[in-house]
Amino acid sequence: MSTSSGTPESWISSFCSLLGHEYFAEVSEEFIEDDFNLTGLQTQVAMYKEALEMILDVEPEDDEDEEEEEEEEEDESIEGGDNRMRQGERRNHSRIASDLSVIESSAEMLYGLIHQRFICSRAGIQQMSEKYELGHFGICPRSNCEQARTLPVGLSDIPGEDTVKLFCPSCLDVYVPPNSRFQTVDGAFFGRTFGALFLLTFPEYDLTKRGADVLAGTRVTEDDKDMLNGMYVCNIAPGLGTSKIYQPRIYGFRVSEVARSGPRMQWLRDKPDDMSELDEARRFVEDNPDSEDEDDASMNLNGRPIRRLRARRRQGQGGQNGSPMTVEQNGVESEL
Amino acid sequence: MDEFASESDSDYTSYWRDWFISSRGNEYFCEIDEDYLTDRFNLTGLNTEVQYYQYALDLITDVFDLDCDDDMRETIEKSARHLYGLIHARYVVTTRGLAKMLDKYKKADFGKCPRVFCHSHPLLPMGQTDVPNQKPVKLYCVRCEDVYNPKSSRHAAIDGAYFGTSFHNIMFQVYPALVPPKSSERYIPRVYGFRVHSSAALIRWQNIQRTDMLRRLRKLEVESGFKGDQGEEDLDDEDEEEDEIDVEGDTNVVG
Repeated sequence: MSTSSGTPESWISSFCSLLGHEYFAEVSEEFIEDDFNLTGLQTQVAMYKEALEMILDVEPEDDEDEEEEEEEEEDESIEGGDNRMRQGERRNHSRIASDLSVIESSAEMLYGLIHQRFICSRAGIQQMSEKYELGHFGICPRSNCEQARTLPVGLSDIPGEDTVKLFCPSCLDVYVPPNSRFQTVDGAFFGRTFGALFLLTFPEYDLTKRGADVLAGTRVTEDDKDMLNGMYVCNIAPGLGTSKIYQPRIYGFRVSEVARSGPRMQWLRDKPDDMSELDEARRFVEDNPDSEDEDDASMNLNGRPIRRLRARRRQGQGGQNGSPMTVEQNGVESEL
Repeated sequence: MDEFASESDSDYTSYWRDWFISSRGNEYFCEIDEDYLTDRFNLTGLNTEVQYYQYALDLITDVFDLDCDDDMRETIEKSARHLYGLIHARYVVTTRGLAKMLDKYKKADFGKCPRVFCHSHPLLPMGQTDVPNQKPVKLYCVRCEDVYNPKSSRHAAIDGAYFGTSFHNIMFQVYPALVPPKSSERYIPRVYGFRVHSSAALIRWQNIQRTDMLRRLRKLEVESGFKGDQGEEDLDDEDEEEDEIDVEGDTNVVG
């Protein structure tokens, strides 16, 4: 773990190889070195500067005076031979053990918070997609999802609130990771956005494929490329629907909905047999054939129809282009 | 008896059933009463299902005293495990069987629901078919009414027919008070706080299905089991709330 031991492994890669840290991507140093990406984190992490140095494997600097001299040196010599020399000189500066453990935990927190941002950047989400293809994030425990691959998500963006969960794109639900070692990993280190953003970024993954087919990196075939609400129809909750709902039976007879112990939660696993029912904008236009002409009038009348019409237009634009990541400004932070 | 004990690899237990239910991987089974096993009526038809039926039954009831080689013994042992499972499927739907399984359920011996919004509700083992050797055991959560795979591979190898398709439903028919309050709490995929259009549309549709169901139940004056479901007004309130949130999240992300 300690950087001064002379091991070639960086702090980041040793952190990611720890037991229970299998879901983490390795944040690139360029991403961390860009101050813009760290905006606002100073106030969230104790001993921010020291923690950041630890993550980047930079030797700690105690004194203000030394800082200036070494700043120029540092850039070139971090991996150079005189790095070792400086280490020797610095031994007297070395921190007491308790201090180190505080920095260590701050560094983990800081890394997690940077990680939350990184995996939503272009480079980060790409790295996560490689991990997804390798099956690093596990599978859905739900029987009718037939081992669909899950994605790590947080239920909150604020650290310390909840542990990491697994989001299943097949049933749109979240599950507790099966192994207890993940119960020490903070959900905020993955964040609320990643799971949904992943599906929008990589619409080409065929979510109906299982097992070996996923390994082959199956993409949605040309025949299945019908779009609905900004996603391929075949990829919208493939694990849900009439045939995927558990039907309770006693000796072959279905338990009635009216029974005290009857089924009440089937809506949660349901989806329309005809998915075009979900195309709310189109249905609205069909139900209200006049509204198109009265566009201006209805805008002034009430909010609902306008919203739907606008939704339809947005969809028209976005329909051809499933990935927000292909739009340049979304990738800005990773390119700076 | 002594002879049997020394031959099997469990010197510390004298009874086959004790050994069986306490061995690793068999945590889902409860102990079948001696009385139930000795009543031939309960075993009707099983003699055709199991090889060496009589020997297997003798082994289960600890009266096995056949002198035979290891291969034969292994075969009978296997038959006994299968027979025990098949009797177990019948036993767990009896009053005493239900009570024993209820104890195990309360201790969460069958594991807890992995779904986050079920808040670790205990599970019950179930089969997807009553025909043996077809499908492995699954776990049923009464809170979300869905079926999950066991976490551990040693449980995933157990035959689902040893629990059957009816047991877990009978459990809640017999003990309706055990049915937990239902909740419409759920996960909503979001990007930077905004709902994603495709899943949001599906969730809206599902909410309509739920509202329809609650209306149907209210018409029949059946308690729905949902928390805070008192009357029509509540429902309308809920709808309005939904609308407000919709307006707020107007800019649903479209991919």
